[in-house]
Amino acid sequence: MTDKHEQQKSKYTLDRNIPGAFEGETVTRRRFMTGTANGLGFAAAMSFTLPALGFAIGPIFKSTPHRWETVGTIDQFPENNYVPVVVTLTPGIGEAGKTTVYMRKRNPAIDTDPYDRNTRYIALTSRCSHLGCPVRWVDAAERFICPCHGGVYDLLGVPVGGPPVRPLDRFYTRVVDGIYVQVGPRFSVNSELRRFSPRDSGEPLDGIGQYLYPSRPTAQKP
Amino acid sequence: MPKLPAPPIPSPLKAPPSRPGEGDGKTPPADHAKHAGITVVDWVDERTSLSGAARWMMFRKVPKGTNWFYTLGSATMFAFLSQAVTGVFLAMYYRPDPAGGAYESIRYVTNDVFLGQFVRGMHKWGSSVMVILVFLHMGRTFFFGAYKYPRELNWVIGVVLLILTMVMSFTGYLLPFDQRAYWATVVGVNINGTGPLLGPYLSDFLRGGPEFGATTLSRFYAIHMLLIPGALAALIGAHLYLVAKLGTSAPPWAKAEPSKELQEAEV
Repeated sequence: MTDKHEQQKSKYTLDRNIPGAFEGETVTRRRFMTGTANGLGFAAAMSFTLPALGFAIGPIFKSTPHRWETVGTIDQFPENNYVPVVVTLTPGIGEAGKTTVYMRKRNPAIDTDPYDRNTRYIALTSRCSHLGCPVRWVDAAERFICPCHGGVYDLLGVPVGGPPVRPLDRFYTRVVDGIYVQVGPRFSVNSELRRFSPRDSGEPLDGIGQYLYPSRPTAQKP
Repeated sequence: MPKLPAPPIPSPLKAPPSRPGEGDGKTPPADHAKHAGITVVDWVDERTSLSGAARWMMFRKVPKGTNWFYTLGSATMFAFLSQAVTGVFLAMYYRPDPAGGAYESIRYVTNDVFLGQFVRGMHKWGSSVMVILVFLHMGRTFFFGAYKYPRELNWVIGVVLLILTMVMSFTGYLLPFDQRAYWATVVGVNINGTGPLLGPYLSDFLRGGPEFGATTLSRFYAIHMLLIPGALAALIGAHLYLVAKLGTSAPPWAKAEPSKELQEAEV
């Protein structure tokens, strides 16, 4: 009898002195129960943690539709001076969703950036490229000046003083019905006014900057 | 290793033995109340054994030379408790609505609610007090060398608590939703964004999208009143546990008294 019982013991559990282990068992029942309980607990915890995390970081990967907003007529914007207009970046939250855009007609004598049907009017954001404070156009100085940390930009929006890391961002513009000027999505430019998909303030685009500060994965060019 | 004797219970907490001559049914009401209190405490203690933990936490030996600088940690904790209590009651009136409701609710608290200006003032100025106290407490720990073995882990927890406190300050600053709050948050989010590679994603996470949007304010509100306070409270518990477990350090100028054997050997 004793010999038969010894033969029935599993070789995997033989050295553990666990009673009642049977031939063919590859794992002890205690170990199986522990693993199952831990696994089920982990699955239960993940089943609410992962959706919650995705819920919180989801907006990063959400693409926002392009909005075009009429800001005036073609005769409203001179070639050598800026006219401030207000556009809505985020609808539905009142004043907090609006921003000032400085606009003028493209002047072939000074504007050397790529010309196409979406840059016939130059629209510069009022967000300083340093940390996002609102710049204002000072007519007498022909400069954009930022009140927070002293950033200064010239007529083209290229920084000429202070901490800004790249020129002022721009908006695509278009003319509809031959008379109305519309402002569309924003894009960023480097110091040579080459276009990039929109970045946040404080992120340089020259040299290695465009790789260190990737654009949103869902950013799309119009 | 010899075991230290259990810390003594202060005499007011000890139940006095009843005197044989006074057990004639004429117990004064004060004694009744006292016995009722002791009975309740005993009832709870018998089922939880909490008195041992309380004694372990409260009646600790402290080194010679302990002084007022050692109270900065408790002061920070009380600043946190003040923020927690005033914050809970401010949340009863606050509305995280970016289209004007948030600003209006703060205006209502400040101008119209009974004691509203006081409670909001406590929360607003208390946040500065807490940050100052955190730094003083950190300076005390640094200059007294209290971060050294075996207290390194408590220093690490303290640094995390400092960061969480700064996150609380940052997220709370947006909630009044006036011009200062809005632009400070724009600047703050962009400072986060200047971190290479991950910075832009962190900005997007904070704003809940590419631009300051409809959910940014409620996102900051949730982080400010749910996410971070829970983590803060848990880590303060861990911080306190380690303080009680390891004991406080002696001030750096305190000299260790040589043991008796050494004193005799010197002679």
